Amino acid sequence: MTYIRPAFRHPELPRNELGFTRKDYEGAISTLCAGCGHDSISAAIVQACFELSIAPHKVAKLSGIGCSSKTPTYFLGNSHGFNSVHGRMPSVATGANLANRDLIYVGVSGDGDTASIGMGQFTHAVRRNLNMMYVVENNGCYGLTKGQDSATADIGSASKKGEPNHFEPIDLASVALQLGATFVARSFSGDRQQLVPLIKAAISHRGFAFIDVISPCVTFNNNPKSTKGYEHVRDHLAATGTVDYVPFKQEISTEYEQGQSKEVTLHDGSVVHLHKADPELDLNSRRSALRLIKDYKAKDQILTGLLFMDEKSQDLHEILGTSKTPLRDLGEAELCPGQKVLDKLNESLR
Amino acid sequence: MKATNTRDPEYFHKVVDCQYACPAHTPVPEYIRLIAAQRYTDAYMINWESNVFPGVLGRTCDRPCEPACRRGRIEEEPVAICRLKRVAADNKGDISDRMPIIPKKKNGKRIALIGGGPASLTVARDLMPLGYSVDLYDDQRAGGGFMRSQIPAFRLPEEVLNDEVDRILDMGVLTHFNHYVDSLKAVLDKNYDAVFVGSGAPRGRDLDLPGRQAADANVHIGIDWLSSVAFEHVENIGKKVIVLGGGNTAMDCCRTARRLGGDEVKVIVRSPFEEMKASPWEKEDAAHEGIPILDNHVPQEFIVEDGRLVAMRFDRVKAVYDSNGKRSLVSTGEDPVIVPCDDVLVAIGQENSFPWIERDVGLEFGKWDMPVVDEITFQSTNPSVFFGGDAAFGPQNVITAVAHGHQAAISIDLHCQGELVTKRPPPGVTLVSQKMGIHEWSYDSQVENDQRYQVPQAELEFTLSNRKLEVELGYDAMTAFQEAQRCLNCDAQTVFTEKLCIECDACVDICPTDCLSIIVNNSEEAELRQTLKMPANNTEQDIYVSENLRTGRAMIKDENVCLHCGLCAERCPTAAWDMQKLYYSVTKAGQCG
Repeated sequence: MTYIRPAFRHPELPRNELGFTRKDYEGAISTLCAGCGHDSISAAIVQACFELSIAPHKVAKLSGIGCSSKTPTYFLGNSHGFNSVHGRMPSVATGANLANRDLIYVGVSGDGDTASIGMGQFTHAVRRNLNMMYVVENNGCYGLTKGQDSATADIGSASKKGEPNHFEPIDLASVALQLGATFVARSFSGDRQQLVPLIKAAISHRGFAFIDVISPCVTFNNNPKSTKGYEHVRDHLAATGTVDYVPFKQEISTEYEQGQSKEVTLHDGSVVHLHKADPELDLNSRRSALRLIKDYKAKDQILTGLLFMDEKSQDLHEILGTSKTPLRDLGEAELCPGQKVLDKLNESLR
Repeated sequence: MKATNTRDPEYFHKVVDCQYACPAHTPVPEYIRLIAAQRYTDAYMINWESNVFPGVLGRTCDRPCEPACRRGRIEEEPVAICRLKRVAADNKGDISDRMPIIPKKKNGKRIALIGGGPASLTVARDLMPLGYSVDLYDDQRAGGGFMRSQIPAFRLPEEVLNDEVDRILDMGVLTHFNHYVDSLKAVLDKNYDAVFVGSGAPRGRDLDLPGRQAADANVHIGIDWLSSVAFEHVENIGKKVIVLGGGNTAMDCCRTARRLGGDEVKVIVRSPFEEMKASPWEKEDAAHEGIPILDNHVPQEFIVEDGRLVAMRFDRVKAVYDSNGKRSLVSTGEDPVIVPCDDVLVAIGQENSFPWIERDVGLEFGKWDMPVVDEITFQSTNPSVFFGGDAAFGPQNVITAVAHGHQAAISIDLHCQGELVTKRPPPGVTLVSQKMGIHEWSYDSQVENDQRYQVPQAELEFTLSNRKLEVELGYDAMTAFQEAQRCLNCDAQTVFTEKLCIECDACVDICPTDCLSIIVNNSEEAELRQTLKMPANNTEQDIYVSENLRTGRAMIKDENVCLHCGLCAERCPTAAWDMQKLYYSVTKAGQCG
């Protein structure tokens, strides 16, 4: 009986700019089912944070309830974390972000936590353009309670021993687009090459960065009749293109074909390259993204990759014009500037 | 790159680094697990089947397994394989009922063994149970060869040696001790069906320098001197002793001299310290006994005054390497170094010597006046004469001699049964799943973080005053258990079944040492190695390449630093990975079927 991860790592593990190895971004060993897509997503987050040379203590992981929401334990073990009430992660993230705008906020949720119990919370975090990455680990079922259909299950899709689903699914990427998310992507837990650069871009994006990651539930929803199993997803996968994330300090070395390439510069100077597979996609147009999602769905295909990005995104702090200094760093002198200032303020209101 | 053929037993055998490196291919992880389970007798028998002298080798082996041990690639030190073997030998129970049955009715074939060392004894061990009549000739008064005459008693107690040698002789070998064979022809004339030459490399090199003749009374050839000590012809030595040479014989000479009255013993060697041939642990043991090693000193002269050796003169050198890496020792031009001494032990190498083999018995001699011997069959150009041990290809070590002996015994058996000696038997191989349940394996898959445990030694004040007192005390049961737990169980192979894999990446993500990648395989090996999750830079270790999976990618595993922790198999939802124990045993004479 083991289930204990050995302490040894590859002796030649590379180090990032901070001198950390991937090991420094790992968390506890996963207790999810063997083969769970969520573990792949955790590994992708570890890889992305390692490659971005993020100091682990500058990250706050937030989640609600569900298999997906357990995963923050399994990555970034040296970061801050908050496991909130079911579906209430967006509120906690909003509060934390307003109090300390200096942290990187990584929200992890599931299709139940976001599309059912937390739908109201989710929508408002989106429309406020809260500066965070919000990952939905979407397996179309409630894995923690034995695999009942969730609100993202496709019509006709059937989980293990299940009846085909009769209800219209909620497409979270479309919802996010309609509510004003400034970065929207979809991916697949089994496509690490696509997922890692998307996470890096989402973390670097200022504003609400939403990634809907299809993440098969091997135990309850990985059978031939399910549309969220490994086999079905692989067979029906289409991508908007290949995404490259180039950090600010690194020179762009890849040559991109004219017309097929879209380049987006983020506020921190890093660049996201989308090498388009479908020339129809206009990365700056919500309408284009929404239409393409529908078009591919009509062809029985799942469109993945970067769908929409607003370079001019203004996050909640900018919209509200809050203090550049995180609220938690403001001292008594700044918060209570004294009678004179109060008098002046009162005077201005008369 | 083509998919790996795991049906070739050598693929997984090579993954068990220790066993693969062992000349006799002893199933190391298997016996280490038995030691951890305190099944010492079972552990001993696995060793005995394979290397015949576990008690001897557990103290004196050159341990080619340890530099090969995978543990040494993930942390500082390999598993103390050799000293664990000793634990099995020290704690074993009665094994007499486990010995092979020697047929009363002989098969009518007669074999002569020339030399009573490990190679000859191994041949006897393998042939006696098959009904052969075996005659053993040796000029010493007891069996064991160099194990008896060269290895000092403080490293190998006589009773340990006697136990293992007698176990073979007691099978009914007809011994002719104190019998120097001075003519191969005379042996052949006795109409043996086969003759095995395991006479070792008995001639120690001398050093012809000015003053050598005049100093003769106090200059001794290392191996001859050790032998004289072992047989108690020599009981003391001068106070100041110089040992010339940097090999393990030099280490045995200096430590023996220290016990025979040498208060100031120095080892003086031509080469730099790091390049000395002696095993690192033997150098450490010498240093522990207060013996300095002076490197980069080339001997020039034995200085004799009034007809007596008083000192030696050395020239200081430094090692210079040409573009091919060939070393030459160049004088530094400093003043010569004079080292006073009463006695000098010359341990600068040994060589083969076959003055007793007539050159007209159909036995061809080749380079360096060595007999021409086939490297696989150990047959000479005289079809009924076989060689093994140091006599075959020059000085090596005990475990190599044992490996030779096993192979020569197969050849002798084939030869005597009228079969072709080139018909080598395949190894015995089993590969069995170790799965017992979810997260449960029949081996202890958890990887311990402990560092190598030191073997306790007896106090210097006792060991230096008693030549026969064993220095190393061996592990106690608890330490042996802890050391055994450091073993990574590399024989628990990661076996992959392509058609079960759903490419969920769970194995890739969980692997602590990043051995696994699921990637497109469209390049040759050298390039493919570089495209893995962690580049496979150790080209001595294979990469395991699967057939293409459903998405056109392949699973590729770098065997180099796999911990055999089984997590890939535990995290695999479809059991595409399984941990399967390889048991690989070299087939012995008479088992060929």
